[in-house]
Amino acid sequence: MNLSLDWSVLPAALPFLLQGMGFSIALLVVSLLGGLLLGTGLALMRLSSNVLVSSFAAAYVGIFRSIPLVLAIFWCYLLVPMLIEAVRGVHTPIGPMYSAFIAYAMFEAAYFCEVIRAGILSVPRGQTGASLALGLTRAQTMRHIILPQALRTMMPLILTKSIIIFQDTSLVYVISVSDFLGAATKIGQRDSRLIELYLFAGVVYFILCFAASKFVEARTHRKVAT
Amino acid sequence: MSRSGVRLALIGALIPVIAMAAPRFGSANPDDGAGRRTTLEKIRRTGVITLGHRENSIPFSYFDDRQRVVGYAHDISVAVAREVERELGMSSLTLKLVPVTSQTRIPLLINNTIDLECGTTTNNRIRGRQVGFSTNYFISGTRFLTRKGSGIHDLDDLRGRNVVVSAGTTSEIVLRRVNAQRKLGIRIIAARDHGDAFVALEFGKAIAFMSDAAILYGEISKAKRPDDWHVIGTPMTEEVYACAMRKGDVEFKAVVDRAIQRMMRDGDMRKLYARWFQAPIPPREVNLQVPLDPGLSALFAYPNDLPLE
Amino acid sequence: MNYHWDWSVFSQLTITTVDRYWQWMLSGLALTVLIALLAWMFALALGVLLGIARTVPFRPARVVVGAYVEVFRNIPLLVQLFFWYYIAPVFLSLPWQAVINTAQPVLVQTVTAVLCLGLFTAARVCEQVRAGIEAQPKDQFSAALALGLKRRQAYRYVILPMAFRVILPPLTSEFLNVFKNTAVVLTIGLLELTAQSRQVGEFTGHIFEAFIVATLLYFLIAQTVSRLMGRLERRLTIPGESGGGR
Repeated sequence: MNLSLDWSVLPAALPFLLQGMGFSIALLVVSLLGGLLLGTGLALMRLSSNVLVSSFAAAYVGIFRSIPLVLAIFWCYLLVPMLIEAVRGVHTPIGPMYSAFIAYAMFEAAYFCEVIRAGILSVPRGQTGASLALGLTRAQTMRHIILPQALRTMMPLILTKSIIIFQDTSLVYVISVSDFLGAATKIGQRDSRLIELYLFAGVVYFILCFAASKFVEARTHRKVAT
Repeated sequence: MSRSGVRLALIGALIPVIAMAAPRFGSANPDDGAGRRTTLEKIRRTGVITLGHRENSIPFSYFDDRQRVVGYAHDISVAVAREVERELGMSSLTLKLVPVTSQTRIPLLINNTIDLECGTTTNNRIRGRQVGFSTNYFISGTRFLTRKGSGIHDLDDLRGRNVVVSAGTTSEIVLRRVNAQRKLGIRIIAARDHGDAFVALEFGKAIAFMSDAAILYGEISKAKRPDDWHVIGTPMTEEVYACAMRKGDVEFKAVVDRAIQRMMRDGDMRKLYARWFQAPIPPREVNLQVPLDPGLSALFAYPNDLPLE
Repeated sequence: MNYHWDWSVFSQLTITTVDRYWQWMLSGLALTVLIALLAWMFALALGVLLGIARTVPFRPARVVVGAYVEVFRNIPLLVQLFFWYYIAPVFLSLPWQAVINTAQPVLVQTVTAVLCLGLFTAARVCEQVRAGIEAQPKDQFSAALALGLKRRQAYRYVILPMAFRVILPPLTSEFLNVFKNTAVVLTIGLLELTAQSRQVGEFTGHIFEAFIVATLLYFLIAQTVSRLMGRLERRLTIPGESGGGR
């Protein structure tokens, strides 16, 4: 195969590529928010004194942290529509995009659970004691005292993890969802310019992630190994 | 995780397993048990019919250059949707289009994401155990796509060579079986879909792409230089394409079959064939020039939904 | 859910009629483990070298390695894989391309996978090694030099042993990540564990059983790796030193 690059297809392809990038970013946002929410819940479950609750959370985290994201995507692709039907009692058409959202949120939740749990445990015990002494309930303590501090401590980790999640959005390729890389692949195959499109995609990802990581470094004043 | 941690985790993991294996207590639909919740009911209730389509299976079901779904099989599924609309007496039925690949089409039918898939799905007995099939609308044979001048003329020339197939297709099954039984030493590469498979071929990762002849013609139409490629080889199998739907859904199948058979009786299917196989088609206005197979004429004259194997 | 379970599919003859489905799962597992181990060894060797290079007082080395790290950390693994598999060979001369294209595909795909995963992971190992080295008190190095050790010896006998112990936990999770990242190679057609479980599911119609087995196998791998690395950590602990572990 001879190397003869022809970039002329790019301008016409930009709208479609932008659409794909839109999905990548949407997936990032959903998995971040969903992952943090679910992860916080899981962290609280793990810290619970109820054996059934904490062991379920431990199992969830243990499994989701052992399997590849690709397998989690396949699992949700298969299960999510079935579970939705079981809960709602009706057939609900749900595209692969929504399965992807759920897959990523559930997957990242396991990671965030550990991060948040560490964060919660890093808040000095005295805080809890003082807050209870002041008449706050356990729930209020968690919501107003412990969690905010935990999240603040964990912010650098969460930010750097976001960059990784953004890169991982490219894996929806395996269920043929059109994120940025999927869009680049479609155009590349359709116009027989796969090399040009993949190089372009690589450069775009690099610029975005590099800029983001520099931004995070500046904001946290220190380099955190991702 | 510590030892006790693992033990607790395994106990915790049993909870969802038990939940999944346990029978569903009560059911939202009184029909559950003897019959099934039928597709027609679901369509009537939601006002939406969800059609599965391919992204890249020229000329059956694919995206044109403006990302609209087009194709021979797609037009058939739209005709079916219109028939459903008439059958249910609805004034307007929303068509929802969901892209599928050869690996996802059956799971998406089973989990109710899509109601009908008309693409390049082969109607065979094994699949017939998992899904239902409509009247067949196409006959094809599996052949090979290769560069002109590659020296490959038939299966035996592929001994010890690399051949690419689309994962999850009958071509993959047939090739693996023949390769193992006749010890041909063919190195099989399973690609995600037809588009990826052609890329592997174009980049030289494989010397031939095995698939249904019609799909191969479609790939030629998308090539940078269509004249570089040709379809060779005696057909290893003959296959029929039909629309796939959920198994056991008798009412829905009746409507689907009615739509397809009407098209065959009225000559519309013949016109549809000419439109997609004998005229310029998007995205690059290439004319595939595929002559009408006598077997296909026979199918149009005597419609049936029988698998060929 | 009208799905009917059948765990005996694994003992059934496959569509090729020459083997059984459990053999497919096993080959997937073997490929996953093989790729992971090879990539990890490569990543470790390269990563340690690069990590050291980032701490030497020779600016060009630090800049070059810094650039390497930035490039390989800011491009998704999947994009890197496509680069090595589709794009890189095109830069080679035609005879070399012919060699690659006529070689056994599984071999080519495996080499590509190991190379890609290795380079990707090496960048991350490099950063961890660098962090470990920089975490050592500066006096350690000065003291070593004052005692007459050469630079190289100071690294080998004083800095690196301690740095390594410090980074063992993050290194363990990186090692686990390598096993999980092997799944990405299914996109170039390599039938590792996830891909094989999909194949088995597709051809038998019993996708749940196949996925559950794959999930359990990954869980087993993770447990084994964690346990082994934990044992290593304990063996290497120097009494009195914090080590920075859990």
